[in-house]
Amino acid sequence: MLEIKNLHVKLEEEDKQILKGVDLTVEAGKVHAIMGPNGSGKSTLSYVLSGRGGYEVTDGTATLEGEDILEMDPEERAAAGMFLAFQYPVEIPGVGNMTFLRTAMNAQRKARGQDEINAADFLKLVRAKAKELQIDADMLKRPVNVGFSGGEKKRNEILQMAMLEPKMCILDETDSGLDVDAMKLVAQGVNALRDENRAFLVITHYQRLLDHIEPDVVHIMSDGRIIKTGGPELALEVERNGYADLLAETA
Amino acid sequence: MALAKPKQDATDARLADLSLPTDTGWSLGARQEAVGRLKQMGLPQPRDEYWRFTSPRDFNAVAPVAAAPMDVSDETPLYADRDTLKIVFVDGVFNADASDALALEGVEIARLADAGQADIHWARELYGHLEARGQNPVERPLTALNTAFASDGVLLRVTGRVSRPVQIVYDHRDAGSDAILHHVVQLTEGAELTLLESGPVAARFNTVLEADIADGATLHHVRTQGRNHDRRAATASFARLGANATFKSFTLTANGALTRNEHVVEFLGDDSVAHVAGAAIGDAKTDPMHHDDTVFVTHDALRCESRQVFKKVLKNGAVGVFQGKILVKKDAQKTDGYQISQSLLLDDDSQFLAKPELEIYADDVVCSHGSTTGAIDEDALFYLRSRGVPKARAEDLLVLSFLAETLEEIDDKDIASEIAERLDAWLARHAG
Ligand SMILES: Nc1ncnc2c1ncn2[C@@H]1O[C@H](COP(=O)(O)OP(=O)(O)O)[C@@H](O)[C@H]1O
Ligand SMILES: [Mg+2]
Repeated sequence: MLEIKNLHVKLEEEDKQILKGVDLTVEAGKVHAIMGPNGSGKSTLSYVLSGRGGYEVTDGTATLEGEDILEMDPEERAAAGMFLAFQYPVEIPGVGNMTFLRTAMNAQRKARGQDEINAADFLKLVRAKAKELQIDADMLKRPVNVGFSGGEKKRNEILQMAMLEPKMCILDETDSGLDVDAMKLVAQGVNALRDENRAFLVITHYQRLLDHIEPDVVHIMSDGRIIKTGGPELALEVERNGYADLLAETA
Repeated sequence: MALAKPKQDATDARLADLSLPTDTGWSLGARQEAVGRLKQMGLPQPRDEYWRFTSPRDFNAVAPVAAAPMDVSDETPLYADRDTLKIVFVDGVFNADASDALALEGVEIARLADAGQADIHWARELYGHLEARGQNPVERPLTALNTAFASDGVLLRVTGRVSRPVQIVYDHRDAGSDAILHHVVQLTEGAELTLLESGPVAARFNTVLEADIADGATLHHVRTQGRNHDRRAATASFARLGANATFKSFTLTANGALTRNEHVVEFLGDDSVAHVAGAAIGDAKTDPMHHDDTVFVTHDALRCESRQVFKKVLKNGAVGVFQGKILVKKDAQKTDGYQISQSLLLDDDSQFLAKPELEIYADDVVCSHGSTTGAIDEDALFYLRSRGVPKARAEDLLVLSFLAETLEEIDDKDIASEIAERLDAWLARHAG
């Protein structure tokens, strides 16, 4: 599904190399996790894959289902099936959550040559999905993320994911700032979307989210590289011993 | 004191060209006094402090600059689905055929042009009165000119809570038209009215609205100034509030070569609320766009709340101006005054000039003001695009997001959403 080869990324504005050769392949139907200390480049990887400005790819490739995504605009990547659940979802006053969702959904459909979803079908769909995530009607009506608590913002990200049905879902620290109940809800939302045609890349700092979203593969990232890859047991090792041992081992 | 020569010359030239309407009836006294005020103040000059950011030249000139009327048949008229009492002016001239009968329960309706036919007591007391009060502490000579020479206007005395809005529709057809209109609204105790104004009045227009809002009364005022590119507009509203009164005024301006919208609000009774808001969008790609909001709020009573919310979206070299003042007099304790003026510059050629002012003599008040100039927020833009919204559409949504706070000042949500649709359509026409 997602294939990243030797990806080197620096900041556009300054001479700072952040990703220093990332190799990563996520197969359809799988959940991969990336763990790693703060500042190791996890968010940068997610941004570069989804097309945020400010970064320069100096070497390497990234493809989604064989298609080079690095040259695409963010909206083209979205239409191609890429989705990023933001670590810090953005507040957009004055734009209703529903309007936003519908605009996004129809824009993607249009880009793929599909018909727009009609208002009634959309409403039915969004209500059903929102209910599963315990997002009430009021939250749907409110401006995008405005006045939402940390947990509400993250649930809203998952709602968008559920509505847009992307192929490749990247979750950046979706667990941060969530209490246990909220985390379970989010994990349920993610698990409900797991299927053989969809892949996940779950970025997290802690192991606890992975208790609820069980990964197939765990990668450890440090200083812009994947330094170790293993099964779910790798996450448990991090939980027990922290990153220090791992870092020392590969230094 | 004698006027400086350029001021004197500009004033003399204009006065020589203007004459009072023939059948002024009860309004004659007020008009003559206004001529006196105008002679004393003289027309504004670019050197005047209050006109530092906006040149008054085209407002002063004897002849208006020609402005081609705009074909707006691509849009359905505003409020088409709503039951309103419609009063239509074409190039500033009342059009009876297009207007509804001037009768509405709870409102006495008359026209200034009919002043010669019957004495209207309440209008005689009010006409030019709030304008004259509003000359202090800042002179507004164009409004005195308006009182003196207005050819017509709508006079409304509201005695009930009226649910059907009065809608004044302006239609601009003549490229050389020059209109001076003066409306007066008096709301008696506990009365309520929604006054809608839409469309450009003429190639050049000078309009004044005097609103006297008695205890417990409410005036909702929603105005759209039309999409015409070349028109030049100097408008002023003067609102005086009694106790427990409410005044809510919103203006949408799209384009316009030159617009100066002044608002003067005075709180005389306790516990009243006045909100004045404006959303302006301008694209100076093909024609210049200069938009000026100038607001003066005087608190002279206890526990009153004032809000000024003005936002401008400027593109391709458009210029935005905001001058806003909150004056809190010595005894106006517990005043709550708020003022925000913001611009969203869509390129490096556009500019925003702001002069926010607070002048506070009471010691127990909460007043705040802020002014910002910014560009489209890149994080928000990326967020929208990452969900599949194309860049141009995402920018439009962020423009609407930026203006949303002004639209919230419209209490009637249906009206607010109609205005939002107009904004959206404007953005679609000015894409790229
Ligand atoms: N726009 C930026 N400007 C400056 N430094 C940045 C920027 N984006 C990322 N960095 C730096 O790159 C490194 C990786 O950051 P990030 O990708 O956010 O790491 P993580 O998500 O793993 O905590 C950090 O040292 C961070 O300070
Ligand atoms: Mg991060």
